[in-house]
Amino acid sequence: MEALRLLRSRTVVLPVRDIDTDQIIPARFLTTTTREGLGAHLFEDWRYGPDGAARPEFVLNRPEAGGCAILVAGHNFGCGSSREHAAWALRDFGVRAVVSTQIADIFRNNALKNGLLPVIVEPDVHGWLLEHPGAQVSIDVQSTTLTLPSGTAVRFALEPFARYCLLNGIDELGFLLARESEIAAYEARLGSA
Amino acid sequence: MDSSLTLFEKVWRAHEVVPETADTPAVLYVDLHLIHEVTSPQAFTVLRERGLRLRRPERTFATMDHSTPTRTEQIFGGAPITVDAAARQVRELERNCADMGVELLGLRDARRGIVHIIGPELGVTQPGKTIVCGDSHTSTHGALGALAFGIGTTEVGHVFATQCLLQRKPRTLAVNVRGTLPPGVGAKDLILAIIGKIGVAGGTGHVIEYRGETIGALDMDGRMTVCNMSIEAGARAGMIAPDETTFRYLAGRPRAPQGAAWEASLERWRQLPSGPGARFDREVDIDAAALEPMVTYGTNPGMVIPIGASIPERADDQVLAKSLAYMGFTPGEPIREQPVNVVFIGSCTNGRLSDLRAAASVLRGRKIASGVQMLVVPGSQQVKRDAEAEGLDRIFIDAGAEWRESGCSMCLGMNGDLVPKGHYAVSTSNRNFEGRQGIGARTLLASPLTAAASAVRGRVTDPRELF
Repeated sequence: MEALRLLRSRTVVLPVRDIDTDQIIPARFLTTTTREGLGAHLFEDWRYGPDGAARPEFVLNRPEAGGCAILVAGHNFGCGSSREHAAWALRDFGVRAVVSTQIADIFRNNALKNGLLPVIVEPDVHGWLLEHPGAQVSIDVQSTTLTLPSGTAVRFALEPFARYCLLNGIDELGFLLARESEIAAYEARLGSA
Repeated sequence: MDSSLTLFEKVWRAHEVVPETADTPAVLYVDLHLIHEVTSPQAFTVLRERGLRLRRPERTFATMDHSTPTRTEQIFGGAPITVDAAARQVRELERNCADMGVELLGLRDARRGIVHIIGPELGVTQPGKTIVCGDSHTSTHGALGALAFGIGTTEVGHVFATQCLLQRKPRTLAVNVRGTLPPGVGAKDLILAIIGKIGVAGGTGHVIEYRGETIGALDMDGRMTVCNMSIEAGARAGMIAPDETTFRYLAGRPRAPQGAAWEASLERWRQLPSGPGARFDREVDIDAAALEPMVTYGTNPGMVIPIGASIPERADDQVLAKSLAYMGFTPGEPIREQPVNVVFIGSCTNGRLSDLRAAASVLRGRKIASGVQMLVVPGSQQVKRDAEAEGLDRIFIDAGAEWRESGCSMCLGMNGDLVPKGHYAVSTSNRNFEGRQGIGARTLLASPLTAAASAVRGRVTDPRELF
């Protein structure tokens, strides 16, 4: 996993609550057997019309969205299906952090395993970000702070182990594999129960 | 056992390989790992890249359901699978299971079906187990008193390699349901009402335990419908304490314990229900006697109203306005009598035998309205055989519906069973998200009774009108 320590970027804003993973990546693109290339279909049905032409008014199609690595979205982002394709599609598109007042559990887990940072902020900060698309924001994983253009820094919660993995680019599988003796001992207890 | 523990806490504790600390999540052991063709390929790839094998292939169980066809000739008659990429996924799962020693109930297996239907049906789903699957509706299995939740593909790989997951302990939410469900109101209406009350993010970070006399009175099919949609309230899992109904359901199933092992299991399972001193982080109360058939009007399952109610008006709510524009609904108009083009009976929510019986009870001796397409897709091949043994297939076919092979089908349309753009579908599935059943498809979630009644009249119909 690619490490993430400090992120400085303009924001792109999707002011819609309850954005589900079917919107992030529709089911018809889940027939892939690889992780790559899903960014092309990120928010497919919001980005493109029925004829396949890009909808110019959709925020991700606007020129100023280019290069933005921070997505600010409405409450309860990523609800619905467990498809990790949603996290893969966002990463493939270039998004490194999603900021909201709530992020759905399975999506949050999937995001963290792919170097995509879920950031939960208070409603006042969220409200400001929603009203100021394109704001230059910095997110520091080490200190778990998000800094607004005014210089105001707010803390966000990040599970300590997930933070450690992000900072060091470590994937969890190695950690689990290193628990071999504990797992074997647990299985031995199961067998004798 | 400690009387202050909840059902969830008992199952959690029994599966802690390493308890959580401030710095690290718990290492949680997984008793049963269910896999399917859509969310497993990339996890198998990771295993191969790292030179790993499955730690416990015998605790892993595979089937194919999401992208598989439902037309008999495409499964048994040699006709090609319509969607090429879906055919590739099916072949890849066959190869991965063969290479890695995983038992697969393949495309033509008589025991195949939707993964969340066949787990309980075969008896592999049991009280007290930890069960995971790369699918959010894994919460279904909690109806038997298991701790069951959906995971992503990276975590599928973790379970392959270590039979464990790193997890923070979720909080607990008790949903206490009292009162008798009125005639025509069932488990689907109950869970839709619960989601309407707590909201689509109301259960985030929590495991729900459904409790109370109403839950105890539900049959297993109904309990699975309730637990299935826990994720639609944002919850990690939903659980129901195992009781005599659970044990009667499991007794004699092919993979359930037999003989002395059954008796020993019963003794353990009877210890699982939350103790009298158990405390939950949150509690919500629901009066089942006050419920009506429920139907969704918007683009998430929390946008739900009693069938006699009108579509909400909130002038300042842009998200609602966007949702109603997608649905083509006018704020303030009744949901009843809205036109219906497609009716879908099936899915891991409502694809079990009692769901098909409910739909058939409305359709017996009736025809679906002209211009309505109705698809009935059993949740498993076993459900299909059981339904046919009772003659339910004849009732559906005589009414003008299509009777298909099992699978996820039109719940998410991966296999080509799609709702056309702009059409209204009354669906017994679990998600009414934009585009879920097809690009531009407009989904109204409802019970099998309401769906069948709406098929007969070609309009959204309160099933009690047809009793």
